Amino acid sequence: MRLKGARVLLECLMREEVETIFGFPGGAVIDIYNELPEYPFQHILARHEQGAVHAADGYARASGRVGVVLATSGPGATNTITGVATAYMDSTPLVVLTGQVPTQLIGNDAFQEVDMVGISRPCTKHNYLVKEVESLPKVIKEAFYLARSGRPGPVVVDLPKDVMNAEMEFYYPKHVRTRSYNPHIEPNSKQIKKAVEYICQAKRPLIFGGGGVVTSNSHEELTRLSRELQIPVTTSMMGLGAFPGNDPLWLGMLGMHGTYTANMAVNHADLLIAVGVRFDDRVTGKLDTFAPNAQIIHIDIDPTSIRKNVAVDVPIVSDCRLALQALLQELEEKVEASELARQYQSWREKVEEWSRTHPLTYTKSEDAVMPQQVVEKLDELTQGEAIITTEVGQNQMWAAQHYRFLHPRTWISSGGLGTMGYGFPAAIGAQVAYPDKLVIDVAGDGSIQMNIQELATAVCYNLPVKVVILNNTYLGMVRQWQDLFYNKNYCSTCLEYSPDFVKLAQAYGAEGYKVTRPGELDDVLRQALFSPNTAIVEVVVPQEENVYPMVPAGAPLNEMLLV
Amino acid sequence: MRHTLSVWVEDEPGVLSRVAGLFSGRGFNIESLNVAPTLERGVSLMTIVTAGEEQIIEQIVKQLRKLVTVIKVVDMNHTDCVDREMVLIKVNAQDSYRAEILRIVDIFRCKVIDVSHAEMTLEATGDRGKISALISLLQRFGIKEIARTGSVAMRRSLQAET
Repeated sequence: MRLKGARVLLECLMREEVETIFGFPGGAVIDIYNELPEYPFQHILARHEQGAVHAADGYARASGRVGVVLATSGPGATNTITGVATAYMDSTPLVVLTGQVPTQLIGNDAFQEVDMVGISRPCTKHNYLVKEVESLPKVIKEAFYLARSGRPGPVVVDLPKDVMNAEMEFYYPKHVRTRSYNPHIEPNSKQIKKAVEYICQAKRPLIFGGGGVVTSNSHEELTRLSRELQIPVTTSMMGLGAFPGNDPLWLGMLGMHGTYTANMAVNHADLLIAVGVRFDDRVTGKLDTFAPNAQIIHIDIDPTSIRKNVAVDVPIVSDCRLALQALLQELEEKVEASELARQYQSWREKVEEWSRTHPLTYTKSEDAVMPQQVVEKLDELTQGEAIITTEVGQNQMWAAQHYRFLHPRTWISSGGLGTMGYGFPAAIGAQVAYPDKLVIDVAGDGSIQMNIQELATAVCYNLPVKVVILNNTYLGMVRQWQDLFYNKNYCSTCLEYSPDFVKLAQAYGAEGYKVTRPGELDDVLRQALFSPNTAIVEVVVPQEENVYPMVPAGAPLNEMLLV
Repeated sequence: MRHTLSVWVEDEPGVLSRVAGLFSGRGFNIESLNVAPTLERGVSLMTIVTAGEEQIIEQIVKQLRKLVTVIKVVDMNHTDCVDREMVLIKVNAQDSYRAEILRIVDIFRCKVIDVSHAEMTLEATGDRGKISALISLLQRFGIKEIARTGSVAMRRSLQAET
């Protein structure tokens, strides 16, 4: 079957079982768009390429599938970069297809030309410039394989216009053959044995899960490990949902805005079982004093994550799920679980005491709606069954702290890169993946305006995404830092002017609501959440409420500011 | 500490920028970098001399291995190896200096590959120590120009018992 490049590309996507493409057309990809109606893909036309990538990212995180993006050359390609970097930092599998000027013009500063392979190199797992149509099937096959295998990540494929018009005899390779890339996935049995020894000797063990638990679908194994041996669990922000938030062994997340209990537990533990984490600075605080009493077992599929920031006693380079399965099996053969559970008894009591004496807290008000209260209300109304996406800043931290995540892939937030404007398009992507689920973007008045144009996308495709804007008229997290560490010098953080979000929603054809008093919260949220339409709920919250606890950047975890 | 890394890579466009970008992006330093084809079609060998503490070197090696176009990485410091670099040195060679320079050429087993009334260009190979010694000896005559290849390294056939 002789096909031109554009069709070859789409045939390849069919064979990768792609169902949805998030995109935005332009001159360099017009040949691909020209063939698109012939194929059964659902194409979601975003209003900005960054929105398209975040949507694909949200789709990928919610569903576990590879997200696919199609954008044009030049500005279309550069607009994807923030999205690509976001996906790279959080290990989201994406294939981003960008148009390119014809090969004979490359390097000539042609119209809408940019060196996409050069620009995207440091924020992709790998990238390709396809120079001959004959190599296209192999490249697409590799791109999907790389994106989803090992530690997943975004792969960019740059497609010159003439290659999309050149013809070839179509074939699709069955296997990927690279002599270089071979992600290590099986755990070393010696290391598993050693880990079990450490677990048996421990008196104060703590499980610390991360995004890798979610990515590798090993939440069941992690939960089993915790429950069988009665070991308390904390996670990084990226790991929320990897362990049920209503379990008595759950301590809340750790780190800069982690719970008192989780941070104290890390400080006092004598064994840290770290699974699918990379010891980011927001998690560790001051490195020298991180987990000062603990030996560390570190399971991660990426060898570079191990010993990058902290010294590790038992490194296990492996897929988290396979490693946890091996660990559980070894434990089953070697030890009596109930005996170990007894051995950790007094430690659990200590941890429970911290939880009792220092729960997450905030001061309620008669007149004002507190932002924490909004998240708690969302939790109550949805019973932890919604998919929550967030923007970045205070809204993100309050959502992380006060919503009880029960399932993996229900927490979708830009962790590593901290991208404002991520949450709303990501919610659109998650809603595309799960049309029947309730998807809520917890937003701030600052970050929602970074990709608000996607309201048109949500309304256009009848996606009933809900956006809850916690409006404090500030770029709240930066203001909080200015408040605490910069002498209240609120330079450029006050958003004195914002649009009327209710009218804005209505102008786009969505529903708009506004809450100003605590008594209105329940009713309005119910109305919005259970409406079949896209809805924005603006909640006016106190201007200077801070997120606590807080570990100042570079301080040890046990030096938390509590109020 | 200084480490010599042998890095076998796919010989394709952009591979050098992937490796160089990794070093600059992550704040690792490169003392020298040499790239050339190997006997195997499509495979090039890069020899990278870098310096850092053990943990940094471990990160460099792991990060290099993570690049899709990198086939194999060997830290030559973990093996018995030989390493050499070549240097071309253009040195002032007025009549009064000539005899002395030629004596040094003889001692260091280098070659004179170009000569004029006032200058000589020397070619020398050796390990880092030898090249440095040669340069410092020639400095008093006035070195006008210098071009070095950076190290290339190879595992010795017989490895010492460890």
